Amino acid sequence: MGDSLKIVVLVKHVPDAQFDRHIGAERTLDRSESILSELDEYPLEAALQLSEARGGEKAGNEVIALTMGGPDAANALKKALQIGAGSGVHLTDEALAGSDAAATSLALAAAIRHLGDVDLVIAGMASTDGETSLVPAQLAERLGLPQLTFASSLEVDGRTARIQRDGDGHSETVEAALPAVVSVTDQINEPRYPNFKGILAAKKKKIRTLSLAEIGVDAGQVGAAGSLTWVASAEPRPARTAGTVITDEGDAGVKLVDFLAAQKLI
Amino acid sequence: MVDFQLADEYRELSDTVREFADEVVAPVSAKHDEEHSFPYEVIAQMGEMGLFGLPFPEEHGGMGGDFFALALALEQLGRVDQSVAITLEAAVSLGAMPIYRFGTDEQKERWLPVLAAGKALAGFGLTEPEAGSDAGGTKTTARLDSGHWVVNGSKEFITNSGTDITAFVTITAVTGTEKRPDGTERKEISTIIVPRGTPGFRAEKAYSKVGWNASDTHPLSFKDARVPEENLLGTRGRGYANFLSVLDEGRIAIAALGTGAAQGCVDLSVKYAKERRAFGSAIGTYQGIQFKIARMQARAHTARLAYYDAAARMLAGKPFKTQAAIAKLVAGEAAMDNARDATQVFGGYGFINESTVARHYRDSKILEIGEGTTEVQLMLIARELGL
Ligand SMILES: Cc1cc2nc3c(=O)[nH]c(=O)nc-3n(C[C@H](O)[C@H](O)[C@H](O)COP(=O)(O)OP(=O)(O)OC[C@H]3O[C@@H](n4cnc5c(N)ncnc54)[C@H](O)[C@@H]3O)c2cc1C
Ligand SMILES: Cc1cc2nc3c(=O)[nH]c(=O)nc-3n(C[C@H](O)[C@H](O)[C@H](O)COP(=O)(O)OP(=O)(O)OC[C@H]3O[C@@H](n4cnc5c(N)ncnc54)[C@H](O)[C@@H]3O)c2cc1C
Repeated sequence: MGDSLKIVVLVKHVPDAQFDRHIGAERTLDRSESILSELDEYPLEAALQLSEARGGEKAGNEVIALTMGGPDAANALKKALQIGAGSGVHLTDEALAGSDAAATSLALAAAIRHLGDVDLVIAGMASTDGETSLVPAQLAERLGLPQLTFASSLEVDGRTARIQRDGDGHSETVEAALPAVVSVTDQINEPRYPNFKGILAAKKKKIRTLSLAEIGVDAGQVGAAGSLTWVASAEPRPARTAGTVITDEGDAGVKLVDFLAAQKLI
Repeated sequence: MVDFQLADEYRELSDTVREFADEVVAPVSAKHDEEHSFPYEVIAQMGEMGLFGLPFPEEHGGMGGDFFALALALEQLGRVDQSVAITLEAAVSLGAMPIYRFGTDEQKERWLPVLAAGKALAGFGLTEPEAGSDAGGTKTTARLDSGHWVVNGSKEFITNSGTDITAFVTITAVTGTEKRPDGTERKEISTIIVPRGTPGFRAEKAYSKVGWNASDTHPLSFKDARVPEENLLGTRGRGYANFLSVLDEGRIAIAALGTGAAQGCVDLSVKYAKERRAFGSAIGTYQGIQFKIARMQARAHTARLAYYDAAARMLAGKPFKTQAAIAKLVAGEAAMDNARDATQVFGGYGFINESTVARHYRDSKILEIGEGTTEVQLMLIARELGL
């Protein structure tokens, strides 16, 4: 269908930052109050805009939300479907628990290959929990695809994807041929809220569940066993203590210097 | 038998609107209140979210939801900003709904898609300088003259009647007299659509109100304003009855708004009572404050159940007039009482205009007046009791 696109959007199910985070006995995060990562609303919006500009689903465009996570991660997919993704894919398997970025990208790569020819994989700039930003880059390597990371704009022109990446002092335009992996920042667009039609429509959309066996990955390649890194310890950081307030009674300068000296800062 | 758990899609809609209210509406509420400015950018986003189309079918550009979905959205908006909530309430349940209920196919095709998208607003003009609670006292007239209605008279306090995106107002007007079965005569009241820009029709200077400062309210004047005969909405002579039925539904919507306001006052008070310290402890540790807030929560909860019940009856096609009146009464009072208590919990800060509880204090009073005063609700309930 001419220039229609098949886009996979990577969405992660993460703890809601509005609640206190708890680190469990296994040094993993308690995921009971979890949501679709806010930063993953941007790649979804980018994908929907690309699809809509090409006539949407009717014109053969597809936006598939993919998540890897426990049973509850289906909620992140549900939200993505309400916002407008056409279908969802939930990669879930007990053996995936404890996967680091390398194992996550391995499993996601296998799942994407399983989905057949894909034109674009769009991810967020970072998860709001792990925050490594490694997954998109590793995924591109594993799929042997060009990677366009930290995009603050994204255009697709025929079979070329073009992004803008903003650095501290400069801004670059980078292009790659499709298929490609793109990660986008929170500057790229203004994600939409789901509307009631979307909420009702999502009930009829499909979520496919994939296990490791279905995507041809051995349990030993992922999870804690397949990870290159592991969390050795995880402690909540002590709350910041109240600072010292120096009131100026004519001698504030002296008190400041005394304080800094006592802290061995001067 | 009785179940007030929300179905998934309702809960999800409510959560989404709550998020929107907190992230998009609340940050600019104090500014629009202070400047008495209409929040066009917020309204546009609400349009994109489909909030103005909630109860209308998709063929008319709606979301395919129902009136309860609208009520849930109003509760969430009313929690943070009553002006924004009343703009939606008046636009949908008073502006667009009469077109949907009583309009011809042409009227629906012409107006519903833009109204359901929130790209245009419509007002509902019933109240007049000398006809409020006693709305049958309408003096505005419309007379047929060579294929046109010629409208003369004035309306008072009409919401959404003078914004840049107002498309029209629907008004009640006396179109003649009719004979009662007993032979006596009475006024024939009909409903007529008057588009903005009609020569002779003017939205006069906006009022300076006590609250709802960011909502749009004007007196209207009609001096030989001519509109085509086909602008009659519904059957000639049914105008008053049609408006009363629209008001019955509207009471559920306004009750939801009031519930939201009452809940907003609870939420703000709980948070403040935990933070604010006096005499060595958080004020929330004192039973005097705890009981005040507990009572506020009871009012909000009661109001919510009352409007859920009225809405459930309405959607099930059962009589709901009395339940809607009870919901409007209880929710309006809950909002006002909670706003007064919340202001007390906040102390001096509660009397500063930019604080949200102060805004609720100024905004909530109208909930005991607009869309049928408290006394009118009591009259409806008493009538149902055979008094
Ligand atoms: C021993 C150990 C145990 C761990 N246990 C847990 C645990 O129990 N739970 C946990 O969440 N993390 C756990 N982690 C951290 C986990 O490894 C990382 O969260 C994960 O590898 C992804 O990296 P990231 O979150 O930094 O993603 P980033 O690279 O920062 O994410 C960038 C983008 O990649 C995509 N993406 C990332 N992850 C996913 C995903 N799962 N599905 C779909 N798209 C995705 C999203 O689009 C995201 O915006 C553990 C790590 C170790 C080493
Ligand atoms: C901000 C705002 C927005 C509004 N928006 C609209 C709108 O969009 N469209 C519209 O048509 N109107 C609108 N109104 C008007 C509103 O609906 C009326 O103000 C309300 O119905 C009361 O009518 P009234 O002001 O004429 O008061 P009145 O009817 O004069 O009442 C005065 C007092 O007498 C009491 N009273 C009257 N009759 C009785 C009785 N029989 N027994 C006991 N007590 C009685 C009333 O309860 C009230 O306390 C709006 C008003 C405001 C302030």
